[in-house]
Amino acid sequence: MVEPLLSELSRAGRVGQRFAAPEGCLDATGDLPAGLLRDTLPLPELGELDVVRHFTHLSTMNHSIDAGFYPLGSCTMKYNPKVNEDVARLPGFAQLHPYQPDESVQGALQVMAELGDLLAAITGFEAVTLQPAAGAQAELCGMLLIRAFHRARGDKRRTKVLIPDSAHGTNPATAAMCGYSTVSIPTDRRGNVDLARLRDEADDETVGLMLTNPNTLGLFEQEIFEVAETIHKAGGLVYGDGANLNAIIGAVKPGQLGFDVLHINTHKTFSTPHGGGGPGCGPVVARDFLEPFLPRPVVARRPTGELFLDWDRPQSIGELKGFWGHFGVMARALTYLALQGDQGIRDISGAAVLNANYLRARLADVYDIPFDRTCMHEFVASGRRQRQHGVRTLDIAKRLIDFDIHPPTVYFPLIVEEAIMIEPTEAENKDTLDRFADVMLQIAREAEEAPEMIRAAPHARTVGRLDEVAAARKPMLRWPRSDGEHLEARA
Amino acid sequence: MDPTDRRYTKEHEWVKIEQELALIGITDFAQDQLGDVVYVELPNVGDRVEMMKPFGVIESVKTASDLYAPVSGEVIEVNRSLVDEPQVVNDAPYERGWLIKVKPDDAAQVEELMTAEQYAENVGES
Repeated sequence: MVEPLLSELSRAGRVGQRFAAPEGCLDATGDLPAGLLRDTLPLPELGELDVVRHFTHLSTMNHSIDAGFYPLGSCTMKYNPKVNEDVARLPGFAQLHPYQPDESVQGALQVMAELGDLLAAITGFEAVTLQPAAGAQAELCGMLLIRAFHRARGDKRRTKVLIPDSAHGTNPATAAMCGYSTVSIPTDRRGNVDLARLRDEADDETVGLMLTNPNTLGLFEQEIFEVAETIHKAGGLVYGDGANLNAIIGAVKPGQLGFDVLHINTHKTFSTPHGGGGPGCGPVVARDFLEPFLPRPVVARRPTGELFLDWDRPQSIGELKGFWGHFGVMARALTYLALQGDQGIRDISGAAVLNANYLRARLADVYDIPFDRTCMHEFVASGRRQRQHGVRTLDIAKRLIDFDIHPPTVYFPLIVEEAIMIEPTEAENKDTLDRFADVMLQIAREAEEAPEMIRAAPHARTVGRLDEVAAARKPMLRWPRSDGEHLEARA
Repeated sequence: MDPTDRRYTKEHEWVKIEQELALIGITDFAQDQLGDVVYVELPNVGDRVEMMKPFGVIESVKTASDLYAPVSGEVIEVNRSLVDEPQVVNDAPYERGWLIKVKPDDAAQVEELMTAEQYAENVGES
């Protein structure tokens, strides 16, 4: 059943809490221009219980990792331990003011310093900033560091950024925002960067390479040393997209693979919330020669041992975010790391890779696996076999909703036809993985036996298949009012 | 089989020379892969397009792709009807779903592109 709007539940005169008018209130209406005054305020009128039930009902119509499996490839939807939230809400953290003097926020600065040190150690780099507000801004930060490096050397010839065709769309967007052009490097038959093509393109106009490792096919770039060497020999730098860091933390340090700078999504790897665009935290780690260019301020230590925010950074690319970034997210990430400990961090990647390979093996007989080799923390299947029955990947994804499973990432990476990208994460047990595999196999059978039913899925939800095409072609951006008056705004 | 009266690019555009003008669109394979087209961004009349450089963007529910010019030249006309009815690209990619009309610098450029037969082979391989 569709939940009515608050305005539809409204009844004249119904109230939640009654508040007495505060004493000493002045009536300022006489001071305001008549045109700014109104006699009515059409807010919904409801009891407190009505409102509680309304929002509780809405919340149960949503899917979340707390409610069910969420195998969204490339997004690392791991479970976030609840203790993270307790720590972030400690009054000493939650009630800080960004203008407090440094000496009164030593604990918070220590959280930032320790988190930065841990991230640098885990990834094998020397320099770190926690300021960027999320992954995409962290990418921009990383590429601005590379640009600052070239400019500081007076090297102005470099204008092109090399990007594999399997890359996240944010990579070319970031390069373009830095004023660079991009060159797409194809993927070879094994699913790696085509090294021969990379060698052809790398020259003295190359700013650098933006590389995700493991890449978006969920495969480890096996020639990573040769790839990095090719770029370095040409005078460029290697930027690492850390979206897939969960596959290798504790096992491999990107700083030792030839990367010069790497961004980290704490919401993927270090169990902070996936916000709807924020607030997030996208730390950037870099090699020591990029340290002077980091966004300012950085957390530094005085000879006396006291921590402070250092603004005296003449070569800095500047500030990317108001104040110091999202501190609450940093507190969560540090909590998670402290909870894991050294061995726990190693176990994350091992379990994430094992889980992905288990699912890949269980589905390989029924779904095409275009690059069928040991995967990392995720793998890309293809729905092209099912398409022969008129069932597309989108339909398979929609059918999963009927089983309380969030659809995987679909139609990405772009180089795989009818792509289905599955990332179980280390958080899931074997029972959950087996249930998911069973459901996927059942859907494949249904694709042969009842394709029409799948094309109309989901069936067990509040709303069925949404007409995404009509929504995109003719968007209606306002809900029709219950009094029948149809207010619509078109894009 | 795609129409044999025109040439094809590896980026899945077609170009047909008609009275010294180049009519440009995307192939049936391309529209099928894209799925339902929801938006087409085209250049303005008078703009220059360069061979195998992007001249616009086509967006479906699934993805957004650059459109590549099969020839260099000046845009003479764009298919305005696609603004309100982008689905025409799906319905009739070789006819009513054309994208732009270009006055080519050198009509002989199209000879470098694939024939329908070559394009079919190319698509089969990928």
